[in-house]
Amino acid sequence: MNWLLRGLRSSVGLKFVMAVTGLLLFGFVLAHLAGNLQIFAGADQLNGYAKSLQDLGPLLWVARGGLLAIFVLHVGTGVMLARRNRAARGTPYAVQKAIDSTHASRAMVSTGVVVMIFVVYHLMHFTLGVGIRPEFHDWTDPQGRHDVYSMVVAGFQQLPIALFYIVSMLGLGVHLSHGLASMFQSLGWNQPKYRSFTRLLGIGITAVIILGNISMPVAAQFGLIELPEWNPLVNGGN
Amino acid sequence: MKLTLRIWRQKNAQDKGGLETHQLDDVSPDMSFLEMLDVLNEDLLEKGTEPIAFDHDCREGICGTCSLMIDGVPHGPDRGTTACQLHMRTFKDGDTLTIEPWRAKAFPVVKDLVVDRTSFDRIIQAGGYVSVNTGGAPDANLIPIPKAEADVAMDAAACIGCGACVAACKNASAMLFVAAKAGHLGHLPQGEVEKKARARAMVHQMDEEGFGACTNTYDCEAACPKEISVEFIAELHRDYRKGLFSGR
Amino acid sequence: MQLESKVPAGPLTEKWDKHRAEMKLVNPANKRKFRVIVVGTGLAGASASASLAELGYDVDAFCYQDSARRAHSIAAQGGINAAKNYPNDGDSVWRLFYDTIKGGDYRSREANVYRLAQVSNHIIDQCTAQGVPFAREYGGLLDNRSFGGAQVSRTFYARGQTGQQLLLGAYQALMRQVHLGKVSIYPRSEMLDVVLENGRAVGIVTRNLMTGEVRSWAADAVVLATGGYGNAFYLSTNAKGCNVTAAYRAYKRGAGFANPCFTQIHPTCIPVSGDHQSKLTLMSESLRNDGRVWVSKTTGDKRAPGDIPDDERDYYLERRYPSFGNLVPRDVASRAAKQVCDEGRGVGSSGLGVYLDFRDSINRVGEDGIRQRYGNLFHMYEKITAENPYQVPMRIYPAVHYTMGGVWVDYNLMTTIPGLYAIGEANFSDHGANRLGASALMQGLADGYFVLPYTIGDYIAQAGPSGAKSTDAAFTDVESEVNERTRKLLTRKGKRTPDSFHKELGKIMWDECGMSRNAEGLKQAIQRIPELREEFWESVRVTGAREELNQTLEKAGRVADFLEFGELMCRDALQREESCGGHFREEFQSEEGEALRDDEKFAHASVWEFKGDGAEPALHKEELEFENVTLTTRSYK
Repeated sequence: MNWLLRGLRSSVGLKFVMAVTGLLLFGFVLAHLAGNLQIFAGADQLNGYAKSLQDLGPLLWVARGGLLAIFVLHVGTGVMLARRNRAARGTPYAVQKAIDSTHASRAMVSTGVVVMIFVVYHLMHFTLGVGIRPEFHDWTDPQGRHDVYSMVVAGFQQLPIALFYIVSMLGLGVHLSHGLASMFQSLGWNQPKYRSFTRLLGIGITAVIILGNISMPVAAQFGLIELPEWNPLVNGGN
Repeated sequence: MKLTLRIWRQKNAQDKGGLETHQLDDVSPDMSFLEMLDVLNEDLLEKGTEPIAFDHDCREGICGTCSLMIDGVPHGPDRGTTACQLHMRTFKDGDTLTIEPWRAKAFPVVKDLVVDRTSFDRIIQAGGYVSVNTGGAPDANLIPIPKAEADVAMDAAACIGCGACVAACKNASAMLFVAAKAGHLGHLPQGEVEKKARARAMVHQMDEEGFGACTNTYDCEAACPKEISVEFIAELHRDYRKGLFSGR
Repeated sequence: MQLESKVPAGPLTEKWDKHRAEMKLVNPANKRKFRVIVVGTGLAGASASASLAELGYDVDAFCYQDSARRAHSIAAQGGINAAKNYPNDGDSVWRLFYDTIKGGDYRSREANVYRLAQVSNHIIDQCTAQGVPFAREYGGLLDNRSFGGAQVSRTFYARGQTGQQLLLGAYQALMRQVHLGKVSIYPRSEMLDVVLENGRAVGIVTRNLMTGEVRSWAADAVVLATGGYGNAFYLSTNAKGCNVTAAYRAYKRGAGFANPCFTQIHPTCIPVSGDHQSKLTLMSESLRNDGRVWVSKTTGDKRAPGDIPDDERDYYLERRYPSFGNLVPRDVASRAAKQVCDEGRGVGSSGLGVYLDFRDSINRVGEDGIRQRYGNLFHMYEKITAENPYQVPMRIYPAVHYTMGGVWVDYNLMTTIPGLYAIGEANFSDHGANRLGASALMQGLADGYFVLPYTIGDYIAQAGPSGAKSTDAAFTDVESEVNERTRKLLTRKGKRTPDSFHKELGKIMWDECGMSRNAEGLKQAIQRIPELREEFWESVRVTGAREELNQTLEKAGRVADFLEFGELMCRDALQREESCGGHFREEFQSEEGEALRDDEKFAHASVWEFKGDGAEPALHKEELEFENVTLTTRSYK
């Protein structure tokens, strides 16, 4: 296995790790979005979907563990690359201009940090249910299921939270717009014929993800999705 | 035309160095950038000051010796042009220009604007060749090579090894240089034999020299005076990946 | 000085084979006990270093550039000749030999030139095997083009970057040997002298250009692959760093210098734009295939080219040489351009230029057709001049390009100093008085890959180890001389820059020893140059210190040698009372202004022997015997 470690620790190997973990995380983001968009189909649909996930039991924890490992690998490799790359310059230029590079490509570290902060907050918010209004986490719907729908709507109805989500999603968008096209290059799948295609694909898919994710806080803010009647907040309680 | 130049001066590798300002009052738009520096240097020398050391040789854009960061862009603002082929008519009267050496840990500054690029030679030594000895080569026409392939090989082979890709890259990565050589040889049947081993050896040497990793920003391609495409980097990744798992 | 050409006896076609069969060999196991120094890493030097290392010798390779890959061979555009006869147009080794010896105006050695033609084919095979991306046809086979007025298509090329690609091939072979530990490479090192022990070359003294360290290197043989001396003219197509120092130092240590006056002036360069000009840029002569050369019929015509009607234009090459027209050889085209400019009909602000007009070709094949053929050259021209050659004719003027003269060598490429070899442009052997297009690359690689590796073995087998050590008195003595000279340069504290002297020397050389020469001018130059030299040593200003990167000091050392060497060039030009190839003496021309060669008196190589500073050098002659070709007058009418 020495050969593999040596190979993966090289600058090109580290890029493979970035690309592969990035691809997996991207897949998760896509699946996550598909799940969340069910909010527009109503509380019943979303809460049912959430229940089906909960019912996976130990499998869910395996998935969560795997996801965490991928995430840590992605971030860890990113940090390693960033440090190595900073050291490679040595003395900085007094003047350096970007020529063709996009802002997105040069800001992968900062957008990555934005995404990471977001993920931590997001987990606390919805998965762990700690920090902000912990009682939201205990809501149930009439079928006795965990009331994810209410939790999301109630969260997004608060302007600071909605804005935080929107800004974070833009950060993710910028991160992905470079990351996706970059993945093709890093894995050596880029071909002259497909170069503009992969670039468009990156931007296109990113746009879908970002618009999809942003649509939820926006909808909550503009009252397009509202709390269900069974929610304690609706009756002026709490 | 009149110009203000902010030029990096550094006595030797140990010196900290800094920018020094010079005024030039009579720059002809027909001068090349290096000829403009010649004029400044003659001036300095006549005053008894030490001229500014800078690398240059062929002055026709092919040897790859010149290595100036001009106002934040390697070889200056003209696309596909080395500093020696850059002419002063590109600039405006009254401009202020900052001139710095290439910056990379693997290109230590020797003096003023001169850097040491022997790390590039060592990367080639690691595998940037076809392992054939003199003599015993078969007839040149024995292996037909599709014209399109030969043309791609030539596109990559046009690299002049100047290091502008490293200078432009925010990570000081030498990937475009490495990929150009690997691409040149890899597209020819003579070089294909050692393709995977070559990719591995050259990438590892590049890392050892302290160059950064590529993050696909493509400023290298934009800065390259020979406009070598980053597609070759993708190809190098492919060869490296295949080499990694082929077990050889 | 003994000039033994050592050309083997026997029929021309068998000489090289026979010689190879008779050469002594070094036992393979013993080769690693021998060390060879190679100075220069251009086509000749890199190919020689790599090949010698492959054979098993230990090689120390030196170059002044920061990387071996940057030697000026890299700038050759056009191509490399070989007698492959792939296009089936009647080429052969014999024809390539004949064309080269005739093109050289019968001033080169038959046997050397024939060997060059013989090994030319191996070069193409070798380079292809190394991965040189030669141009190909759609069928996948190698493409050839006709070049420099040759009647057959024998030129292999890699876009407009043939020299670069061939050099990278040799450089990569060299780097491979460095990796294998057989070659030690020393870039940014300038050879400042050669060291002899008991009359045998046993090493060199170099200055490390980064640290200023002066150091001795001992070996069993020394090879000079240090290129030509075109920069004696200050302005030339050579790289700025090209210099005569290594060759000139060898001359001062006793190596004969042959035909220093034979310099090639290339007709199609971009004219000088002002005093700031630091070098000249060549435009490939393939442009003459489609461009027509002209000037106005009247002197001092200041009209824009487009305003001059056809009947007021003088297409002088077509007029004077109806059968070759714009494709006459380089020396003829250059001289004709000079003549019309001397008459006051030159174009551009300086009056030193002629038009190369593509109007008619564009009308014939369209702008796109021209773009396909010469797009990169047109682009380069526009970059430098800010004129669009699709709309206005190019302006061109001749410029110094190559030097056929060089260190005298025998058939084995050994100089008059045993153990000292000279290869590539640094030697004199193959091009006579004029070099044909696409032949420089061929010669450099022939010497390095296929001639020297054999002949040096023969020498080493016979001479045995030199036993020299870099601590020997011979070395330390030379080191002190080198140091003394450097000290002198650094302590002049005068007012003038090295470049100002170089420019002044260049002007003398260009005016008196350039495209056409006459006894009176040459005599003046021979008087003027020593005066300039004296002034140099009195009032040159070199700042900085010895123990550091000091580009002014490097320049000053090179100019100092040019200031001596320029005089030798003029002496050689003065004694050669004939016109041949690149050497045109105004006194020796026909009524129509064509060159008059004098085979009776001058069918020899003029070899100069150094007789001490201030003393006149001694002239020796190597008579050239032509057993296989009949000497004819070149005619392009």
